[in-house]
Amino acid sequence: MSTTESKTDSAVNDNKWIGQRTVRPDGADKVTGRAAYSADTNMPGMIWGKVLRSPHAHARIKSINTKKAEAYPGVKAVVTAKDIVNFPLDKSVMLGIQDMRWMCRNVMAREKVLFIGHPVAAVAAMSEKIAAEACKLIEVEYEVLPFVVDVEEAMKPGAPILHDFLKHEGKPSNIAGTLEHKLGDVAAGFAKADVVIERTFHTQPVHQGYIEPHACLVSVSDGKATIWSSSQGQFMVRAMCAYLTGIPQNDIRAIPAEIGGGFGGKTIIYLEPLALMLARKSGRPVKMIMTRGEVFHASGPTSGSYNKVKVGATKDGKLVAAQGTFCLQAGAFPGSPIRGAAGCAFAPYDIPNVHSVGIDVVSNRSKVAAYRAPGAPIGAHAMECVMDEIAEALKMDPLELRLKNAAKQGTKAAHGPVFPRIGFVETIEEAKKHAHYTTALPKAKRGVRYGRGVASGFWFNAGGESSAQVNINEDGTVVVITGHPDIGGSRASTANITAEVLGIDYKKVSVLIGDTSVIGFSNLTGGSRVTYASAMVVTQSTEHVISILKERAAKIWKIDPDAVVWENGEARPAGDNAGKFEPLSLGQIAAQASATGGPIGAGKQLNTTGAEGGFATHLCDVEVDEDLGIVRVLRYTAFQDVGRAIHPGYVEGQMQGGAAQGIGWALSEEYIYDKNGKLDNPSFLDYRMPVCSDLPMLDSVIIEVPNPKHPQGVRGVGEVPLVPPMAAVANAIHNALGRRFYSLPMSPPKVLASLDMAAE
Amino acid sequence: MTDIQYVAPRTLDEAVAAFAATKGAGRILAGGTDLLVQMRNGVVTPSAIVDVKKIAEMIAIEETKEGGFKIGAAVPGATLRDHAKLRKAWPGVVEAANLIGSTQIQSRATAGGNLCNGSPAGDSVPAMIAAGAIVTIQGPKGRRELPVEKVPKSPGRLNLEPGEIVVSFTLPPRPKGSSDAYLRMIPRTEMDIAVVGCGVSLTLDNGTCTAARVGLGAIAPTVLLVEDAAKALIGSKLDDAALAKAAAACSAACRPIDDKRGTIVYRTKVAGVLLKRTTLIAAERAGGK
Repeated sequence: MSTTESKTDSAVNDNKWIGQRTVRPDGADKVTGRAAYSADTNMPGMIWGKVLRSPHAHARIKSINTKKAEAYPGVKAVVTAKDIVNFPLDKSVMLGIQDMRWMCRNVMAREKVLFIGHPVAAVAAMSEKIAAEACKLIEVEYEVLPFVVDVEEAMKPGAPILHDFLKHEGKPSNIAGTLEHKLGDVAAGFAKADVVIERTFHTQPVHQGYIEPHACLVSVSDGKATIWSSSQGQFMVRAMCAYLTGIPQNDIRAIPAEIGGGFGGKTIIYLEPLALMLARKSGRPVKMIMTRGEVFHASGPTSGSYNKVKVGATKDGKLVAAQGTFCLQAGAFPGSPIRGAAGCAFAPYDIPNVHSVGIDVVSNRSKVAAYRAPGAPIGAHAMECVMDEIAEALKMDPLELRLKNAAKQGTKAAHGPVFPRIGFVETIEEAKKHAHYTTALPKAKRGVRYGRGVASGFWFNAGGESSAQVNINEDGTVVVITGHPDIGGSRASTANITAEVLGIDYKKVSVLIGDTSVIGFSNLTGGSRVTYASAMVVTQSTEHVISILKERAAKIWKIDPDAVVWENGEARPAGDNAGKFEPLSLGQIAAQASATGGPIGAGKQLNTTGAEGGFATHLCDVEVDEDLGIVRVLRYTAFQDVGRAIHPGYVEGQMQGGAAQGIGWALSEEYIYDKNGKLDNPSFLDYRMPVCSDLPMLDSVIIEVPNPKHPQGVRGVGEVPLVPPMAAVANAIHNALGRRFYSLPMSPPKVLASLDMAAE
Repeated sequence: MTDIQYVAPRTLDEAVAAFAATKGAGRILAGGTDLLVQMRNGVVTPSAIVDVKKIAEMIAIEETKEGGFKIGAAVPGATLRDHAKLRKAWPGVVEAANLIGSTQIQSRATAGGNLCNGSPAGDSVPAMIAAGAIVTIQGPKGRRELPVEKVPKSPGRLNLEPGEIVVSFTLPPRPKGSSDAYLRMIPRTEMDIAVVGCGVSLTLDNGTCTAARVGLGAIAPTVLLVEDAAKALIGSKLDDAALAKAAAACSAACRPIDDKRGTIVYRTKVAGVLLKRTTLIAAERAGGK
């Protein structure tokens, strides 16, 4: 068990279900293997789809001949870019954060292939094997072009240009866009600084590493398509497929499967439109499953990056200016998360003068996809490492430096908002007095050194569109339907909230995830928004249900509905004047529903706002083997203001999971390309995510400073935990060895090389 | 499309005949933990698979009349680990075989398969080399024996004749004061592949090393027997100077490559570090130091 503590700033805990570690509704199915993931659905007559992928990092497609593949026995359909709706390059068509110009070219290469693994054609056949054989028979004529993968190389004059239509400063360029945040006057700020630290950082692309590969089953009948797939949003799947195939949304039903991890990487689609077109052409249901290799080669990792951060402080430790340039590798098409990098890096601090620039750079690698607080970990890595150097230069405790400059209510952030009540200061204060921070590190021994690092982080969090329906069953139990795939425990949180608001037992509430035809539009499970937004629509739906229940009780008692109150799951007369009646339970009212006006239920649809940002501070202890350069994390504690932990077990899970991914990003994970621009480590063997034994039990301290704009005080939880870890680990290694690392991952060869350099 | 023939003979003669008949297009299946992955990745497309797990001699662990052990090439790592006497005599060999993969993999993966996969990074191979294992091979022309270090030829290639199958490993009897150890460097703690692997077997007499063998993996096209490192240890009391000399011999023997798993500089240095650490563990097990 991990140590978990909860710090709540006010006595809000007279709740019965909110804040309880209720049994997860999906738990038994998952541990017994019954849960149906995207590859688990089959249909009679089903055939198999396979994708032919580009062997070149960059090439013009001169021709594609599919005749031999089509004639191959067992082949039922072949599709190419001709079968996908073309969105012309000169007009942006946005769907959420995705531009359909890029999406249509990403799911199926059109004019060019832009990375090794880029889909060129797809085949559906009687077996996977036949489909794979038929792919080999497709003749593609390429004009091979020079390529560039690295972000810094891609920005250099003379670099191979991916898209002729992209211009920067009037010239063809791989720079697809820039973003700038300005506050105050940085030049004036730096002039006041006693200490200025400026450093350059590199990070490598890292994959979200979900266990479940992308997969789908699509059936088309009478022009109507049904899609079974796992994603972070069935409505996103439906809309994207509608755009890419031209089928209207009412003729597409997207059914969300149980999801085996997403971390942002399933906020986008790859296979669904191809399977849809193959199913439409062949008249047969088509199933497609990516191999792990395909997942690594062709689904989105997050950006690699090249960043510069400069920070100035006065000698008493007040930050006076900060400047950052964050160049992020978008992969084949524009859209790297520069907003997260440039916007979040400096947001934890009250700095009067800030200039933060994000640069979006395309290169010959798979198109970037969202990854847990997209961009923010990259920005924070640079900023928080520089903060450590400022603290060192000023001989200040690094937490003290953060406390002195922490953003609080009223602080104006460079990316725009003035913060309302936030709990960043509390995360630092809790870290400072925590046993982790006050316990001395082990003493160095021969060949082994120990170090401790701290880092903080911020993520925007999101609100957005959500829908819910709350129905009272005839027996007084409750079914809640929402439209969000449950990645992090949202079903349990929703059940806690419904049980709390209705005043009934949690076990009487079932929460289902509706498909696109049974529940109203609900935006992606992303941006740490689901429990935040679901809670709002579920609370309002449930409150509406309560008003109906009161009306029904009033009808039974023949009194005015205003004279009825709802308490502890039952209707009661508001007072003696209302009349003397025995309370009516939910079950009793439900049993009389037909006689009192019909079925009882209510729904709510909102575009939620007020999510507000989330903050965290992490502590990390490392042990470094000086002879092998191996860094092991010995102790790790995450402190986070979560607003209100609806289900603390899941909140801890998010905090631990984010920290684990961050430790992997810091120490061992990276995309490694060979000289042909081919990913050289497309497997979990050589793409080194930490395994259980690589990590200590990750401790979490939940801090609850309620969000004033939310009925339960919720703030987004899931993404902030990935923001601080890389700098926390880097700062801990510095504390151990006296050596700074400006490039990730801090792998054993790099650590040993640095130590050898120090010895010379 | 080609179909794959699968045979699982009960005798070695049948297996050799079936394997030879494929004229090099067949593959031997022991645990399958390399073969199936390679097939899945399209690296190999064998015409036939000869499963050797039903051949008694290949799945047995026997004590030899000389006092050593004969380990069938198709014995999985988990079975080696469960053999108390083997574990006591050759803890290094057993630990090396059980560093391969996860618990599930260890229930399948075999030392024979590890050797015949021909990877310079195979974990059991340096330990077997340090142990002085003799490999029994059977082919169309009969039986022969080869020191284990002579089996690998280059990455993925072996010094075996067409149709030959590795049958067993024979480990010599252990004089008093002997033990062995195996260490590997991996960036993670498990479920990984050796960046450098080092096996050391030694005999101590009153604290003095009287015999030693060193096997080094992942630092050259094949796993190496490092005789100079052994020479540096023999006759010494495993003092710092002797260890430094043996470590230097290991580093000098390295002919590694830069790849996704490690750099030349890193592997060369780490070979020496592991030699020292492995030697000290073997010595402690042998009852010295």
